[in-house]
Formats: sequence, structure tokens, C-alpha cells
Amino acid sequence: MLDASAQKTSMTVADPGGQYETDALIIGAGPVGLFAVFELGLLDIKAHLIDILDRPGGQCTELYPEKPIYDIPAWPEISGQGLTDRLMEQIAPFGATFHLGQMAVKLERTLDERFRVTTDAGTVVTAKVIVIAAGGGSFTPKKPALDGVEAYEGTSVFYSVRKIEQFRGKRLLIAGGGDSALDWTLNLAPVAESVALIHHRDGFRAAPDSVNKMRALVAEGKIDLHIAKMTGIRGPDGVLTAIEAQSKERGAYEIPCDTLLPFYGLTMKLGPVGEFGYEVKDGLIPVDTEKFETSTPRIFAIGDINWYPGKLKLILSGFHEGALMAQQAFRYVFPDKKLRFQYTTSSTNLQEKLGVR
Amino acid sequence: MKIHVVDLDGKTHALEAEPGWRVMEIIRDWGVPIKAECGGACQCATCHVFVADDWLDRLPPKSDEEEDRLADAPSEDENSRLSCQIIFQPELDGLTLTLAPETKP
Repeated sequence: MLDASAQKTSMTVADPGGQYETDALIIGAGPVGLFAVFELGLLDIKAHLIDILDRPGGQCTELYPEKPIYDIPAWPEISGQGLTDRLMEQIAPFGATFHLGQMAVKLERTLDERFRVTTDAGTVVTAKVIVIAAGGGSFTPKKPALDGVEAYEGTSVFYSVRKIEQFRGKRLLIAGGGDSALDWTLNLAPVAESVALIHHRDGFRAAPDSVNKMRALVAEGKIDLHIAKMTGIRGPDGVLTAIEAQSKERGAYEIPCDTLLPFYGLTMKLGPVGEFGYEVKDGLIPVDTEKFETSTPRIFAIGDINWYPGKLKLILSGFHEGALMAQQAFRYVFPDKKLRFQYTTSSTNLQEKLGVR
Repeated sequence: MKIHVVDLDGKTHALEAEPGWRVMEIIRDWGVPIKAECGGACQCATCHVFVADDWLDRLPPKSDEEEDRLADAPSEDENSRLSCQIIFQPELDGLTLTLAPETKP
């Protein structure tokens, strides 16, 4: 569902690699992280967000953009994309800065009682409070179930293509049946010495046009197609020489190659936010239910990633948690200011911030 | 009524099953580790199971959506199903299945 309001919403996306300072840094730009911008913004707390995906929305846009959600208050039915679009519209007045396509990998304390967070793209954000809104964790590529594949990652096994030139003259094996696998099969075929595609079934979910083009290349003998399962990985010292495969027709056999590109989509892993120093239990971050603060003061956790007695992993719970978190964040960000409770319906002050007055 | 679930370590669990619940939910609610990361929306294939051969024909057929998701599961076999797409019914009492590698949390 495309929403016209999404086009109206401008988003400030920062260039990777810069140095930034802000009041609150939110890790995770899913629905709960986005709404936290709103609750913080009403209290004049400026926010930056970091997300590993290249667009806001988290699971809502990555896992189920078209799926209707039925338990958002006042929205009898709304899609994951629709909800994200409306949240982006709602938080637009607060001008949050987004750091997209990046993973927060390191958290340090500064001498002046702030936190410095570094991303895998070299961006550094210094903030007075941190809000972990990372849901089920970072979306990371699904790995093939091959024993010892880790030893080849970064040398012979790659889960994304950054530069096409990197694969010039290589003997590639591309695994998967979706759009990424097919697109890269077509795009790398002219560059690589050889390209083979392996998928466990003779049916492809990718765009029909890509599938037709792929089959034409196979018919012309320009690429190989293996309808088989990968069973093993071979080669000394992280240097791939062949993939072991198994098919109904051929039984066990080997596919010689020097590079494997598996494209099996994304899955969620807790990742570095599990090692930022606060308590983590069973992959979740325990918090209190008054401030939603972790065991490290000034670091909060809201949404699916936190845990407390009675926790429900619902988007609406995360919205509530964000509102209470913001109250405590205010006390840290503005220790000398008095916190006044106000309603958006009646407060001229809030209405000015929202740009409706 | 029960379902029998073989986990990734090869251990079998006999789980009390209630009609109307998704098989994925039954597995999850009894605490057998299963990733099921999209929560039953047929979007991820991390509740992929192998159904015992004698049960295969007794299950309701797969939807196109389930077929699409299974196509992304590298360990897919002829007896593959997504456990979130099987609603438990009394006639499924005794259903036996094995968790696929994709279910690892």
C-alpha cells in the first residue's frame, strides 16, 4: 500500500562516516523507535536514529510491508508500510536525523558522562541518552547451512555485492531463488569468468522477466544452473575450491568455484547491542516498568527487545514504553528544567512544536 | 491430544495440543526452541518443519504464499511445511514432525 503522505514526508539522512552530537540516540528505526522520536520531541529532546536497513520501518517494512495489522489503536486495519508512513508523517516536525544501512557496533562512555556510539560505516554519534529499540536485533544475511562456512566469509563467501569489479574474472557460484540471486546472476555473468546458479528447487520466486533471462543464458550455455542442495564447502585456509552438492539426478557431486554468493534473505540476530555493557538475559534487555531503563543508567530499552514481568511483544506496548522513557530522558538531558505534563489537545507550547499553531 | 516434535538435537517432545492453535504456536508455547521470527505471518520460513511421511497427506494443502516461503528455505524437502500455517485440529492428534535447520534461534 503506497501512501501519498510518505512522499510529503522529508527525511534527514546523514552521510555515513560523519561525527554528530545529539540529545538522544535511538538504535533501531522500527515503529517503536520512530514513535520515540515523537515522545522525545514533545519534550524538546533532539534525536538521531541508526538502523541497519536502508529505510525506516524495521520488521514492518522488511518482513511484512503488505500484511495488515489489526491491533494498532484507532487503525482497524493498517499495513506494515502504511503504519511506517504514518509514523514518519507524525514525527516529521521534529526533524530527526537518520543513519541508515549502518549497524551500531561500539558504545563507549565519554569523560563528560555522555555516550559515543560508532557504526560499522565509521559514523560516530555522541548523545546524552541512548534508546535501544532494536526489536529482534539486527537484520543480517541468512547463512547457508554449511559446516565451516565462517572460515570462508570475507575471502571467498560474500553475502552482498559492494563492487562488481571485485568479481571480475572469478568463478562464481550464486545460491538462492529470489530477486537478489537472479539479479546478481544476470549482472555478474558478463564480468565473471564463469557463473553458476544453485537453487534447491526448479522454481524461482524472482521477477518472471529475470527468471526468463536467466533461463536464456542457461540455454545459450553462458551460465550453469544446478537444481541441487549445497552439502559442503571445500578449500584450504579459507580459499574456496568447490561446493559439494546433492541432487536427485546426479547424487553427490562437486561444483568447482572460487567464490560463493548466498542470497537467502535476512534474519534477525541480537548482534552488538547485546554487548553494550547492560544486563542481557536470554537475548532480551531487562528494564524497569517506570522508566524502561536498562541496568546502565541513561540507557533505555523499549519495544520487542526489552523484558519485564508481563511483557507483551506488541507495537502498542512499545509506544507506551517510549512515552515513559521520554519522561526520564528529559531529567537526564535537562537536569535543571522542570518537567511539565501537557496534552497535545490543549497545550499551545506542544502545538507550536508540532507546527499546527 | 498431542503432537510429537523432534528438536534440532534429535530429542522428541510430546506436546499437549489444543485445537485452533497454530502448530508453531504450540511448539513455541511449550518452550521447544523455534525461531519463528515473523510470528506466524508466513513471511520468513524460520518455523520450517519436516512432517512424518504418514501425516503428509492428512494435512491441509499449502497456500501459494507458503510455497513461496518454502522456496527460500535451503533445506526444503518433499515433506516440508511451515508449522505456522498448520492449524491444529482433533484429526491431527499424534502429528509427528521434525524441526528443520532454519528454526534454530
